[in-house]
Amino acid sequence: MSATPSSTAYRQSPVSRTVAMVVLGVFTLYFLTPIWWLFIAATKERGDLTTTNPLWFSDLNLVENLQGVFTYGDGILPRWLINSVLYAGVGSLVATVLAGMCGYALAKYAFPGRELIFNVVLGGVLVPATALALPLFLIFAQVGATNTFWSVFLPSIVSPFGVYLARIYAASSVPDELLEAARLDGAGEVRTFFSVSVRLMVPALVTVYLFQFVAIWNNFFLPLIMLRDERLFPVTLGLYNWNTVVNQVPELRLYVLTGSLVSIVPLIVVFLLLQRFWRSGLGTGSLK
Amino acid sequence: MKITSPLLGAASVALLLTLAACGGGDSGSEGAAEGDGGAAADCEPSDGEVSLTFFSWVPGIEGVVDIWNEQNPEVQVEVQTGPNGNSGTYQNFFNQLEAGNPPDLGQIEFDALPNFRVQDGLTDIGGCEGVMDSQEQFVDWTWSQVQLGEEDAVYAIPQDTGPMAMFYREDLFTEAGIEVPTTWEEYAAAAEQVRENDGYITNFSTSDINQFAGFVWQAGGSWFGNEGDTWQVGLDSEESVQVADYWNGLIQDDLVSTLPPWTTEWDNAYNSGDAWTWVSAVWGANSLMSGAPDTEGSWRVAPMPTWGDEQAAGNWGGSTTAVFRGSEHPHEAAQFALWLNTSEEAHEALIEAANLYPATTEGQQLPALSEGVPFYGDQEIYEVFTEAGATVPTEWTWGPTMTQVYNDVSDGFSAAASGNGSLAEALTSTQESTMSALESQGIPVGE
Repeated sequence: MSATPSSTAYRQSPVSRTVAMVVLGVFTLYFLTPIWWLFIAATKERGDLTTTNPLWFSDLNLVENLQGVFTYGDGILPRWLINSVLYAGVGSLVATVLAGMCGYALAKYAFPGRELIFNVVLGGVLVPATALALPLFLIFAQVGATNTFWSVFLPSIVSPFGVYLARIYAASSVPDELLEAARLDGAGEVRTFFSVSVRLMVPALVTVYLFQFVAIWNNFFLPLIMLRDERLFPVTLGLYNWNTVVNQVPELRLYVLTGSLVSIVPLIVVFLLLQRFWRSGLGTGSLK
Repeated sequence: MKITSPLLGAASVALLLTLAACGGGDSGSEGAAEGDGGAAADCEPSDGEVSLTFFSWVPGIEGVVDIWNEQNPEVQVEVQTGPNGNSGTYQNFFNQLEAGNPPDLGQIEFDALPNFRVQDGLTDIGGCEGVMDSQEQFVDWTWSQVQLGEEDAVYAIPQDTGPMAMFYREDLFTEAGIEVPTTWEEYAAAAEQVRENDGYITNFSTSDINQFAGFVWQAGGSWFGNEGDTWQVGLDSEESVQVADYWNGLIQDDLVSTLPPWTTEWDNAYNSGDAWTWVSAVWGANSLMSGAPDTEGSWRVAPMPTWGDEQAAGNWGGSTTAVFRGSEHPHEAAQFALWLNTSEEAHEALIEAANLYPATTEGQQLPALSEGVPFYGDQEIYEVFTEAGATVPTEWTWGPTMTQVYNDVSDGFSAAASGNGSLAEALTSTQESTMSALESQGIPVGE
């Protein structure tokens, strides 16, 4: 944001700028307080959780908590984290490739039924993932594939919104002339897509990737319905399970908190790594 | 966008739903067909090696099942797990029954069993070797819960129980010179004295209705009854209303608090000495330890107050191991369920892993349950619960629509706690809503 031309800066009145800053500040506080609370809670001993100030440190116990949460139940938490990274990381990568190809094809090739396919895909955007979980379970049950890695992975690689975004973006950012030139130079359609169009579509693809990553990471209902083998759980479901039995095993209360803190780290990492592409992409679009 | 797209979108949704409906219908009927084969009459051992799946949300259950797997190489049990029953697992069980792929065995709490029975989700294991003979090992009331009103049928093996007693702050009672109440009448009198000392005698749970159900259970009431296929509803029965009026009075006079249970506020009330007693189940011992760590050594356990001279206790919680419809190996499944819930080694492992309080009289005598507990001033608290368990009335019956009942009662109770209506009115209106819920599910309702 430092690149904002100074010409716009002096036109803002101090009042509106203050108001904007206050609103932004309030929202920042609103979003960061729960994370701060979570961080503080994860550093406490179990006994201090209810008795000390929830927003400030008491005895520092973070290292012990981390050791505890990573070793509890034969070290099941690291396994859940790896599962989540596989479901969300690999799943959203495949989803992005598929959505990119599909959106590109819909944007750049004229064929009968193109609008029909696009509209059906758009219809898919309207159906929430939660509503699809049960039908998917029944379908997977018919082929005996529930409670497998694939029962969560396969539905995750579908992203109707990604197709929509990729189509819109490809239509506006990949010039037909460039494709013509590539074809004249003898590149096949596949090669043209991967070596020319993908590069132009990177901002859209990064967006699709991020959205899909978060969607899979947060898709709690599908694994809840599909999975019964603890070793296949994503971290969200695993922590939820722990949380439902804190009455029987009191130390889990703290492990749920510490585990939640650990589980948001990958999301933060992905955002920090990818937002660079994202911002530059949206920025370039606006400067045109 | 063009105008056609919403229509097409709707069409694609409809298409998906149709596909789903087809899938459900087909597999559901398959499941039912298999289920007929699993009746009690032909509970014969299977040939060769058998592998079973067992779903349980008990933490650390894998270690317990490992003991069985080592001893029984020909019957291997694979553990499946998930959240506790009402947090999604029961719904999953029903989905799996619908799709025809439930596990062989599953953990089901006592209050959910009738629902699974009514939906034809369970295999009757009454004819399986050793099941009927195991009856005498279990605490009286648990057995009627798994027979579900049928003479020769057994639909599950009791696993753990939650006999109720009264946790109380011995130090506060002594300091204030108040007698520890033994009847509900004395309890109400003590409540006034406690209030004069700026405390509340207890916290009444308006959202977790199981506590109140335990009170009604103790008073000898029952919210449901069944004869054959016909169900009776007794939410507004005499005992039920009597208990409701009692607590309603305490709430109105501001003698008990009504904080939502299982929250930080609740923990805080107990940790800071605002709440002086808690009439709760045996597992409540752990809830207090984790929720009120600063009060270590100050708590004791006494039998819950009674309505007359006769000793009786309620029960709050507890679960069973059931064999699902469609299991191909009911014999082996029943043997595993019996081992899990009657053998000493399994009990010891279950207590160690998850503090489960056994449903057998022998299990309740285990050394791990006869030691003094430091948090309770080294009192041998489990003796109190064992005695309580033996006095739990056997008439209590859960109904097939408990989720709806809990929700409706809870709504009414919460309203009453904030000054709208009374607890008894909540029961009367739930009586009506329950009757119509049963009727809408096609379950016959009798007088």
